[in-house]
Amino acid sequence: MTAVDTPAAASALDVAAVRADFPILSRTVRDGKALVYLDSGATSQRPRQVLDAEREFLEQHNAAVHRGAHQLAEEATDAYESARARIAAFVGADPASLVFTKNATEGINLVAYAMSNAATAGPDAARFTLGPGDEIVVTELEHHANLVPWQELCRRTGATLRWFEVSPDGRLDLDSDPITERTKVVAFAHQSNVLGTVLPVAELVRRARAVGALTVLDACQSVPNRPVSFTGLDVDFAAFSGHKMLGPSGVGVLYGRQDLLAAMPPFLTGGSMIEMVRMEGSTYAPPPQRFEAGVPMTSQAVGLGAAVDYLSAIGMDAVEAHEAALTGRALDALAEVPGVRVVGPTDLVDRGGVVAFVVDGVHAHDVGQVLDDRGVAVRVGHHCAWPLHRRFGVAATVRASVHVYNTPAEIDALVDGVRAAQKFFGVA
Amino acid sequence: MQLEQMYQEIILDHYRSPHGAGLRDPFDAESFQINPTCGDEITLRVRLDEGKVAEISHETLGCSISQASASVLTDLVVGRSVEESMRVLTAFQEMAQGRGQVEPDEDVLGDGVAFAGVARYPARVKCALLGWMAFKDAVVRVSGDVPGTAGGTSDGKDAT
Repeated sequence: MTAVDTPAAASALDVAAVRADFPILSRTVRDGKALVYLDSGATSQRPRQVLDAEREFLEQHNAAVHRGAHQLAEEATDAYESARARIAAFVGADPASLVFTKNATEGINLVAYAMSNAATAGPDAARFTLGPGDEIVVTELEHHANLVPWQELCRRTGATLRWFEVSPDGRLDLDSDPITERTKVVAFAHQSNVLGTVLPVAELVRRARAVGALTVLDACQSVPNRPVSFTGLDVDFAAFSGHKMLGPSGVGVLYGRQDLLAAMPPFLTGGSMIEMVRMEGSTYAPPPQRFEAGVPMTSQAVGLGAAVDYLSAIGMDAVEAHEAALTGRALDALAEVPGVRVVGPTDLVDRGGVVAFVVDGVHAHDVGQVLDDRGVAVRVGHHCAWPLHRRFGVAATVRASVHVYNTPAEIDALVDGVRAAQKFFGVA
Repeated sequence: MQLEQMYQEIILDHYRSPHGAGLRDPFDAESFQINPTCGDEITLRVRLDEGKVAEISHETLGCSISQASASVLTDLVVGRSVEESMRVLTAFQEMAQGRGQVEPDEDVLGDGVAFAGVARYPARVKCALLGWMAFKDAVVRVSGDVPGTAGGTSDGKDAT
């Protein structure tokens, strides 16, 4: 069923060479154990190229961007905008459609708050207004970051939240479709951060567009791991975080269709985002500046630019194939362990590199502790997707997630550790 | 090797056969506590009798540490005065939050000293305290305040 070896990946990606770029991977943990880092779904590690780009920027070019006429200000602005352009190309978008944010959470909140601000922002913003009788549609598998902001927007506007359900095999149940003429927003993950399921974006966009609803894509778990084009997917908005794609923390991106960004009122206001300011009132700059109030994160944006350069040099097709091979190996090996149940699809069809599972008779925390004792770093808990865990009747799962630097041997270490946990707690 | 320091035999014994497990009637107050980081839950009931902790019962959906801790809690406070039980609670909390630097007093904590190893793992301290926070909260619900302690919250969020 699953592909354990994908020749394309083996030949396209030199894992040993990649690993040499990541200083942290050579450290040891817990009394000299080699670090087996399988928590990239939470945050990825950063290669020297990214760390060097940040340091080089700070040592040579640091200044506040988009203000000042001195040489450093010019260089800093060029570095910042160059990063925007390269990141835009990486996700198949025009630079003017990319807003730098703190992270994906802020990007989604930006859209949600702009929509509440639309009520008082004049006729241009009318298409973003929501009120009683309107509906926002999400899915049951969302990360809290793409759920709570919409719950809050509903609370502020009187709109109602509806959701797609998840089938027992961890797929989106398209028959549970709550989209109607009342739907104004459809917000969903590109890939579940727990199940690994890749959602049918084209179909969801088609259904949303048929009723004139806006689409918001949480691309946190897809942009780092496979080729993604937002214009190709034809979504209206999308958000992702730098730190999950070998880049720095503190920087993320909100993508918005340019005609929408142009009509959308601001979320945060202040310096940089204005066109003209008088004591009586102000007008606002065109996007993306309208949504980047204050001196932005700069070395982080430059670092994220270096991260997409790094990923592009490897090739996102190769990254995807590499992760698929590791995921297949994990699914196959875990299927061989009695008492282990994967929560999510057990094949590689429309599935990314996160594998969540439960071990009968051993709580996820305890499994994680045994793994940690062996140097294997995984995530345990509900992974900020509590309703999804409730839907599967579990309080917590163990989640292993892979990236470009992981090896088949590390998957084997994970599975060995799971067996060790069963032995330690006397259930096998 | 480190694993055995944390999961001492006493803890594993309590985990396998937890004392006080299963909710019982009658009770004076009930507290429901969750660990927001992992979703673990405990429902704990307290019955007091003439200033003493007469009975504790609980239902714990959680890891071995949280289950064993609720079991040890039951052993340590049932039969004591409310005031004494709060002194034990304070000692347990100090040990659990002590990053391994606090030498536990076996005379006060009994089997609770086995959790000293947990204190070295900051991520697990909340697991060890979940039941204790539920106990404290339940006692507050009965008596309106906590004898023998000065202020402090009872929602479990002060755990780490």
